[in-house]
Amino acid sequence: MSETAPSAPSASPGRRARSERRNRWLLLTPAMVILSLAASGPLLVVLIYSVLTPGDYGGVEWRFSLDSWFAVVVERDFFTEELTLADAHLMVFWRSLKLSLCTALLCLIVGFPTAYFIATRPARRRDMWMLLIMIPFWTNLLIRTFAIMELIRNQGTVNTLLVASGLIDEPIQMLYTEFSVLVGMTYVYLPLMILPIYASMERLNFDLVEAGYDLYANRFQVLRRVIFPLVKPGVVAGSILVFVPCLGAYVTPRVLGGGKQLMLGNLIELQFGQLRNWPLGAALSLTLLAVVMVALIFYVRAIGQEGERDV
Amino acid sequence: MIEISGLTKTFGEGQSAFTALDDVSVTIRSNEFFTLLGPSGCGKTTLLRTIAGFLDPTRGSLTLDGEDLLSKPPYQRPVNTVFQSYALFPHMTVAENIAFGLQMLNRRKAEITATVAEMLELVQMTALADRKTSQISGGQQQRVALARALAPRPKVLLLDEPLSALDFKLRKEMQLELKRLQHETGITFVFVTHDQEEALTMSDRIAVMNAGTIRQIGGPRDIYDHPAERFVADFIGDTNFLQAKILSTDGAQARVRLVSGGEIAAQTAADAPVLDDGASVTLAVRPEHAELCAPEGALLSGRLRDVVYFGTDTHYHVALDQNETFTLRRQNQPGQTQVWQTGDHVGLNIAPGIPQILKD
Ligand SMILES: Nc1ncnc2c1ncn2[C@@H]1O[C@H](COP(=O)(O)OP(=O)(O)OP(=O)(O)O)[C@@H](O)[C@H]1O
Ligand SMILES: [Mg+2]
Repeated sequence: MSETAPSAPSASPGRRARSERRNRWLLLTPAMVILSLAASGPLLVVLIYSVLTPGDYGGVEWRFSLDSWFAVVVERDFFTEELTLADAHLMVFWRSLKLSLCTALLCLIVGFPTAYFIATRPARRRDMWMLLIMIPFWTNLLIRTFAIMELIRNQGTVNTLLVASGLIDEPIQMLYTEFSVLVGMTYVYLPLMILPIYASMERLNFDLVEAGYDLYANRFQVLRRVIFPLVKPGVVAGSILVFVPCLGAYVTPRVLGGGKQLMLGNLIELQFGQLRNWPLGAALSLTLLAVVMVALIFYVRAIGQEGERDV
Repeated sequence: MIEISGLTKTFGEGQSAFTALDDVSVTIRSNEFFTLLGPSGCGKTTLLRTIAGFLDPTRGSLTLDGEDLLSKPPYQRPVNTVFQSYALFPHMTVAENIAFGLQMLNRRKAEITATVAEMLELVQMTALADRKTSQISGGQQQRVALARALAPRPKVLLLDEPLSALDFKLRKEMQLELKRLQHETGITFVFVTHDQEEALTMSDRIAVMNAGTIRQIGGPRDIYDHPAERFVADFIGDTNFLQAKILSTDGAQARVRLVSGGEIAAQTAADAPVLDDGASVTLAVRPEHAELCAPEGALLSGRLRDVVYFGTDTHYHVALDQNETFTLRRQNQPGQTQVWQTGDHVGLNIAPGIPQILKD
């Protein structure tokens, strides 16, 4: 005993480190398995499908072809074999980007004051306000979208009220326009903007706001110079949470755009459905992914730089 | 000059209504170091926040150099605050914090740079100008908060217990520094504290508050030597209370007879109502204003119950013959020998005119 005891401590650090390393890998394994099965695996399948030839009745033929990647941006005329830009696709890309940006902006404009309002209520009433924000979010997406439809269709509530009040003579066509898609998406994704901003705002030390007022900053200056920089992480998170799902939105543009205001999600669905061009669908999906990533990189860069300038 | 009159602030309504300020009237002079002193919850912060503009009073008026303040939002009042929590902007550096007020006032760039440099110098923070405020110590944050509030040269600086978070030594240092800054800048300081020693050492004048009202206003000496009522006498320093009867009055002086039968001249409070002969009153006597002596012929007599040595001074607790107790304080001298022992029968003498007749 007396001989082994002193040697034990000197041997154990190495052994412990090794077993620790092994344990770490063991503990990481479930996460790795789920990640590879649920994210990397499907993505790989999509990538493979995008470089195959479309089958006649959907599905794919196992023949390598980059045609679908070209088809994302260019069109080959059926008769003359002339190459032109795929206007229809680019139009959809453009609309998706535009509507997603506008939605994020609109959500910010509506969500920021809302979060501020809730965060400045007495503590015991904040939860109630947040519940009111969250209840619609827990409701089925389709139902909410149809509710918006009911509001803005030609014989809907808004038009009826406007006509009855004499402000307009005949109903305004709002449904099946980009406007209706924008309104619908803003409504649907608003909680995703409010939540993270509220979380930052709740942690905000309101003494700082008072200090701002005390040092001659008016309401707008306090908002811009004190509140906004401090809740910026929430604004960034909220914008990403709204912008990203908007780019891939499917239900809302389908119902409120009436098949006329296609967005990327609808275009991709078309390829897998009616048009039976799975490889093009796969290529479009990956393009969407790339657009999201590029947009996020630019956004985060811009925010970061602004941060440095502020500092 | 800040003139506050009839200021009342009631929080809540109906059953749960709470009056935090009750008809407060006070005039704070220009260039004065004015302290609001009182126990926790007495309304000091409420009064300060009303002056700053963060709270609207229920009633009353508030003017600064004759100009009505209540109609102005906080950002238009030439008044700055040093917050108890400092409230430094965490997303700005030390220098940017100090520049903030000047920028909001649209001062010229060159002027801002110069003033910030001057302020940094004043609070000895030049070396740390480019640090984030989260990367400096509590005492340094306190100095930055001070510099930030002083930079726009307000007419009045409000300080809400700015030293309470600091340790003893730093606190003493900052007390001197605050006093120096007030002297150098000539700005009116309204200083809140619940530390009576801090109030006595720093202030030109003190307002002692209790339960939403101002109980007494005066210089540190006034307040200490001539407390007007039991609350003030009790809250500031240690006090002995003695029951007595008025024999005769003559202006601010009165002759009173103590329960022991001894007679002595006493002071009446400045604004006290006229006292009738024969009225029962309470006298306040500070522990260092009495002397131990032989019991024969002394004003008061009793048994020495405890002698407690405190380093700089010694406290003597005397059980008076009339069922009252009296505490005495004597400064210790080198080479002094202990004359009185616990259990001795001792006498107490108080110089004429020293006892203070309380209003209640
Ligand atoms: N918003 C409020 N609603 C209701 N009551 C309040 C409110 N603010 C303060 N009070 C009450 O008013 C009283 C005075 O508060 P105030 O903060 O002025 O005290 P204080 O003298 O600064 O005390 P402390 O030394 O502890 O800081 C307290 O009893 C407090 O509970
Ligand atoms: Mg307070």
